[in-house]
Amino acid sequence: MSDIADRVKKIVVEHLGVEAEKVTETASFIDDLGADSLDTVELVMAFEEEFGIEIPDDAAETIQTFGDAVKFISSAA
Amino acid sequence: MFDLTGKTALVTGASGGIGGEIARSLYAAGATVGLSGTRIEPLQALAAELGDRAHVLPCNLSDLAAVDELIKQAVAAMGSLDILVNNAGITRDNLFMRMSDDEWQSVIDVNLTATFRLMRGALRGMMKARWGRIINITSVVGHSGNPGQGNYAATKAGVLAMSKSLAQEVASRNITVNCVAPGLIETPMTEKLNDEQRAKILVGVPTGRMGKPQEVAAGVLYLASQEAAYITGTTLHINGGGDMS
Repeated sequence: MSDIADRVKKIVVEHLGVEAEKVTETASFIDDLGADSLDTVELVMAFEEEFGIEIPDDAAETIQTFGDAVKFISSAA
Repeated sequence: MFDLTGKTALVTGASGGIGGEIARSLYAAGATVGLSGTRIEPLQALAAELGDRAHVLPCNLSDLAAVDELIKQAVAAMGSLDILVNNAGITRDNLFMRMSDDEWQSVIDVNLTATFRLMRGALRGMMKARWGRIINITSVVGHSGNPGQGNYAATKAGVLAMSKSLAQEVASRNITVNCVAPGLIETPMTEKLNDEQRAKILVGVPTGRMGKPQEVAAGVLYLASQEAAYITGTTLHINGGGDMS
């Protein structure tokens, strides 16, 4: 697993309080990992800080799963 | 009674009568306090009176870019921002039929839009800290309306509904959002009223006197405290019983 994926997973695990094994490529933050809409805003904020990037609102809306997040950040960082 | 040691607070309009007392109360409870306002001299005088935990952060809230910067400056000066008191407000009174677009817009910008932007800016840190207090100073006029203050009353009612909306969004993060609605308070602004005007206003106030800035500040201090954790989305009316309808 890439360094970016590791860092994203760490944030997701810490923020949502879920087990690392559940954070799979296709795991949806809301449907599978128990996030609410405010959690998803906070996750995006945490990604922005961790990777020093800006994630615009329209892009943030497309980040639904762990895999989406890693893919977006890999292309932006 | 209430301990805010280790907490940081930003008070807008701290150069005014009510804002200055709010800053004094929060400071006396142990908070580090950022004093914002347009007039630098009274802010500096207040900071000198208070002491080391007071920071002067001048800002003109009608300059919306400066509003966004104010939160960053507050965090830079104090290390965090736990308590936001949106106290600053302006009036541009006129009868409805005479009210200009500019009189309307300038009051909306400062009282409503700047309040929105300051709350939005402060939320990031509060969300991360899982603790925050936002207290918006509204007015009895936002509930009752007032001839000649259509613009001002609209902003105060707007802040009220905005506060209730935000309160529901962030309650799960231990961030509370409340309003304090003062009635007629003894400030430099109301000193200008003559005896006849005062008497007329006080007819509707059972307490029979104007309020003191300290009496408003005490309500703000309570809502800022840990003890008020279970209060959100509400308005504390400090008006001598003047609007019970």
